[in-house]
Amino acid sequence: MSSPLLTVDRLEVFYGAIHALKGISFQVQAGEIVSLIGANGAGKTTTLRAISGLAPSKGVITFDSQNLATHKSFQRVSLGIAQSPEGRGIFPEMSVLENLEMGAYSRKDKSGIKKDLELCFELFPRLKERMAQIAGTLSGGEQQMVAISRAIMCKPKLLLLDEPSLGLAPLIVAQIFEILKKLNQEGMTVLLVEQNARMALKISHRAYVLETGKIVLEDSAANLLNNDEVRKSYLGV
Amino acid sequence: MHDFVQHIINGISLGSIYALIALGYTMVYGILKMINFAHSDVYMIGAFAAYYVARWLGIEAQPGIASLLMLILVSMLACGFLGFLIERFAYRPLRKAPKLNILITAIGVSLFLQYSGQVVFGADPKVFPEVMTDYVLLTFGPVELRSFDLTVLGVSLVAMLCLEFLIKKTKVGRAMRAVSSNALVASMLGVNTDKIIAFTFVVGSSLAGVGSVLVGMKYPKIDPLMGMMIGLKAFVAAVLGGIGNIGGAVLGALIMGLSEEMVVAYLSSTYRDAFAFGILIVILIFKPAGLLGKYSVEKV
Ligand SMILES: Nc1ncnc2c1ncn2[C@@H]1O[C@H](COP(=O)(O)OP(=O)(O)OP(=O)(O)O)[C@@H](O)[C@H]1O
Ligand SMILES: [Mg+2]
Repeated sequence: MSSPLLTVDRLEVFYGAIHALKGISFQVQAGEIVSLIGANGAGKTTTLRAISGLAPSKGVITFDSQNLATHKSFQRVSLGIAQSPEGRGIFPEMSVLENLEMGAYSRKDKSGIKKDLELCFELFPRLKERMAQIAGTLSGGEQQMVAISRAIMCKPKLLLLDEPSLGLAPLIVAQIFEILKKLNQEGMTVLLVEQNARMALKISHRAYVLETGKIVLEDSAANLLNNDEVRKSYLGV
Repeated sequence: MHDFVQHIINGISLGSIYALIALGYTMVYGILKMINFAHSDVYMIGAFAAYYVARWLGIEAQPGIASLLMLILVSMLACGFLGFLIERFAYRPLRKAPKLNILITAIGVSLFLQYSGQVVFGADPKVFPEVMTDYVLLTFGPVELRSFDLTVLGVSLVAMLCLEFLIKKTKVGRAMRAVSSNALVASMLGVNTDKIIAFTFVVGSSLAGVGSVLVGMKYPKIDPLMGMMIGLKAFVAAVLGGIGNIGGAVLGALIMGLSEEMVVAYLSSTYRDAFAFGILIVILIFKPAGLLGKYSVEKV
């Protein structure tokens, strides 16, 4: 197997006295969808933040054979890491189009940007209709579409998604997961954090289970879907 | 009635100067959530930079719009550079420090500039060189439109339109809005937030530079403490409009300029400055978020 796209090695994060991540290690291969599942406060968001360079971390994160320690958060985008953050983090005073253009901030390839904009509008036709609307006035689901599209506009090799299904109607969730699958089939690697563990495991290749800052389980998604512990704790059956 | 029209003209002219300074307060607040108390002293330094360059070049020999624009450019460069230095060396090291530390530092920088100004320039007022001649351009009956007022209006309007264009239509302007809306997400998208913050200081400070030359032209007496009162009024204007809101700063400044003019005209000039404080108190009580601002609980 070739070297993984992302390798996280003994990652630790402290928020003051709170030990949010207690030395977790995992990998994501190019072309995979990998899920992180875990209860509230397990450290999922913190993990994604550390990968994007937004949490004070110890340990080694390697992306595309580069040690991320030497890259500030804003420099990691051009390496190929994009994130749709928890709570969406859209810019509410900007139009939908401006939000998407912010995604392309680090890019210079004008024609590529235009193509990806078309791609986003193809994935989410709703956004095309709402292009000029102020993003803060969109519905929650539409805002989620903006957040995901904005990350796609970064043209990432690795897409980090923090709870893309949060607060959305089941139909929209299904749509969004369909789109993730499609993006993955077209070559995008995805690291997914989800409360909706069933949905996440269904589209993932592999998954890690986080519990209070530690990885307690890792396996193929298919196996985890049938794992008794996981079924009891995260799938509610 | 004619008087009234005249006062409107004067008030708008005064208000547009307040606006140029208020914009710097509001832009920095918008992006860092801090009041840059040194802003009014940057303005003062701009006036002195223009003063010395004007004397050095003997600008009084050739008054006119070209000289004015040249001095404005000088002052903008001086203020922009000073704003850059202040951000880089005083505020940036404290980016993660408690708000109170930053506030005290800002006051410290302000005092430092005021006292350095008194040492270097001397405490006595200096007479700003005559960059342009003031004359009556147009008269409508007893109402006069003087060349100074038109210049002040024209220059401020151009400066504000440039700012509007920068913020609304350019990539760096979009990044400024992104950082002030959510700096973490902006950097997650590839924005070098430090650079954008520095740029915001440079732009805000250079607008104060524009204001300083217009004031020097219209009220040609400058001294190292000249920033205090006008800075306070511009600050009140920014708060009145809703601090952090660009359009609000301009609106607040026009209201301040007009009402000051009216107070002086119809009440008494004794109340000129007290009036600014009065407005500040009234907004803080009745509309703490300002006219165009959104109310948010500020964690200090
Ligand atoms: N900025 C912060 N300051 C202090 N503690 C924090 C901070 N951010 C997160 N924490 C703590 O770190 C732990 C992990 O938080 P994190 O947000 O990563 O959890 P999560 O797995 O994403 O949870 P959820 O499913 O609820 O989103 C929690 O105990 C949380 O309280
Ligand atoms: Mg989370």
